[in-house]
Amino acid sequence: MADESRERAGIEVEGLVREFKNGPRAVDGIDLRVAPGEIYGFLGPNGAGKSTTVLMLTTLLPPTAGTARVGGFDIVGEGGRVRGAIGAALQEAALDPLLTGREHMRLQTALHGLPKAERSERSTELLARVGLSEAADRKVGGYSGGMKRRLDLALALVHRPRILFLDEPTTGLDIQSRTALWDEVARLASAEGVTVFLTTQYLEEADALADRVGIIDHGRIVAEGTPAELKAEIGRPTVEAVPRDPGDQDRVARALRPFGEETRASHRTGASVRLEGGESQLADVVRALDAERIAIEQLQLHAPSLDDVFLAKTGRSLEGAGEEEAEAGSEEMEALRA
Amino acid sequence: MSAALRTQVGQLARRSVLRTLRQPAQIVPALVFPLFLLAVNSGGLKDATSLPGFPTSSYLTFALAVPFMQGALFSVMNAGTDLARDIETGFLNRLALTPLRGAALLSGLLAGAVVLGLIQAVTYLAVGLIAGAELAAGVPGAVVIVALAVTTTVAFGTFGLFAALRTGSGEAVQSLFPVFFVFLFLSSMALPLDLIQTGWFHAVASANPVSYLLAAYRSLLIEGWDLGALALGFAIAAAVLAVGMFAASAALKTRLVRT
Repeated sequence: MADESRERAGIEVEGLVREFKNGPRAVDGIDLRVAPGEIYGFLGPNGAGKSTTVLMLTTLLPPTAGTARVGGFDIVGEGGRVRGAIGAALQEAALDPLLTGREHMRLQTALHGLPKAERSERSTELLARVGLSEAADRKVGGYSGGMKRRLDLALALVHRPRILFLDEPTTGLDIQSRTALWDEVARLASAEGVTVFLTTQYLEEADALADRVGIIDHGRIVAEGTPAELKAEIGRPTVEAVPRDPGDQDRVARALRPFGEETRASHRTGASVRLEGGESQLADVVRALDAERIAIEQLQLHAPSLDDVFLAKTGRSLEGAGEEEAEAGSEEMEALRA
Repeated sequence: MSAALRTQVGQLARRSVLRTLRQPAQIVPALVFPLFLLAVNSGGLKDATSLPGFPTSSYLTFALAVPFMQGALFSVMNAGTDLARDIETGFLNRLALTPLRGAALLSGLLAGAVVLGLIQAVTYLAVGLIAGAELAAGVPGAVVIVALAVTTTVAFGTFGLFAALRTGSGEAVQSLFPVFFVFLFLSSMALPLDLIQTGWFHAVASANPVSYLLAAYRSLLIEGWDLGALALGFAIAAAVLAVGMFAASAALKTRLVRT
């Protein structure tokens, strides 16, 4: 492949498999493509195979079968060149609590071979970008979870990678830290054209950030597409109205019936239908309720979520699946460490 | 050595030294514990100097060789525990994603052992001399003692690295400490080899390389310049270093399975 083509290459995976000795088939023949500059969200519960996939694509774990090219380089035959093209912030923010943020940057820039004159400037620039200028000379042991994650991201960027792997980058972070990290990842993709492969178990993260989403369960990709496409596969939104007077529940149900099939309401005294005409019918629903002179306490539009997609594809909710498979996930990590 | 490799070794050595200096919990026990044992032994066993053939009238001088070996044993635990922590926290994976070479990683990690060995050797020697020990080889002898101590500390440190890379567990590395201490007790730690009367103990101590490392220190403290004893001591330290580095390098290849 010519150098110019590689500059434009993203991630191509075919039939990737990883089996562990006496353990589960953590990744069971996945195929996926991530275009250059795209943010790809890899969504699934704990133990689904997300981290194992990232470890293989970042060359830290040899695949049992299948092929993958990252940045135009084969992950098995050209591991060194893959590592030169990628940056990675793996699942645990792997930092040394005894070193300062600046010392981490100094080590990372030197190990990546940046010229001596450039190391300090690049470190300062990245520390400022992730909002750690003031804390740069403090030991990392005193950083908050959000600060560690931001330093982790800065460290992954020192050598200006074309492709960035982020393995559950916001797990355990508060909303503010999570949003700040999302903004920076989105900026990297839009302003610098960095291809981002992001694993997450947070639906809203995949929804907010990813151009396309792959849902993985038991080592297999069960759905793939843009968040909108995936939700559209599931169906139309539902609307639920709760009357102020519980005695009006039947009247509400009758008023809503022309708009679509009745569905189960979440509120005890509410009525709910699936909107055959989509979200645009909401105004008509309001007008219909008003025409019947029914006082409404709550009116909720429920758009299909990625959790609904997960439920439809796997038969269970992503939240529940996370707990169910946490044990499998910890076994997977043990197998990796062994 | 290429410029890139020099940079890698230098940066990792810097990190290793900073880590060592920022962990008083690593340095203080490695200083205090051997000096405490020195004080106890030199007080309790001083009558041993009246045995016919005992090489010196100062048991303190005879016993001063022991802290250098105990200090080297601490390096097994310290170097190994640091690396095991890097494996446990994923820091080694971070390093593996850079163009880092295995030789640079091992050499850099041992830099902390060099600094620890230097601090230990200077402290043991200074405290021993202040307490009244003799140094027959004079100031040049002190320099050689420190050099041997640092070499031995690094050599033993490689076994800590090996254990860390094989097990990936700080607890497993720490469990090695008593095992290595047994080697020290089954040596000429308390008596010269030729004064050990118990047959099996004499045989074990004679086969134990630690006895010859102790003899090298004692040659400088008690006799002056015994080139044969010194050469044997340095050769053993070099052999331990070579075996330890070979084992650690092989374990690193298994641990760093990057493609």
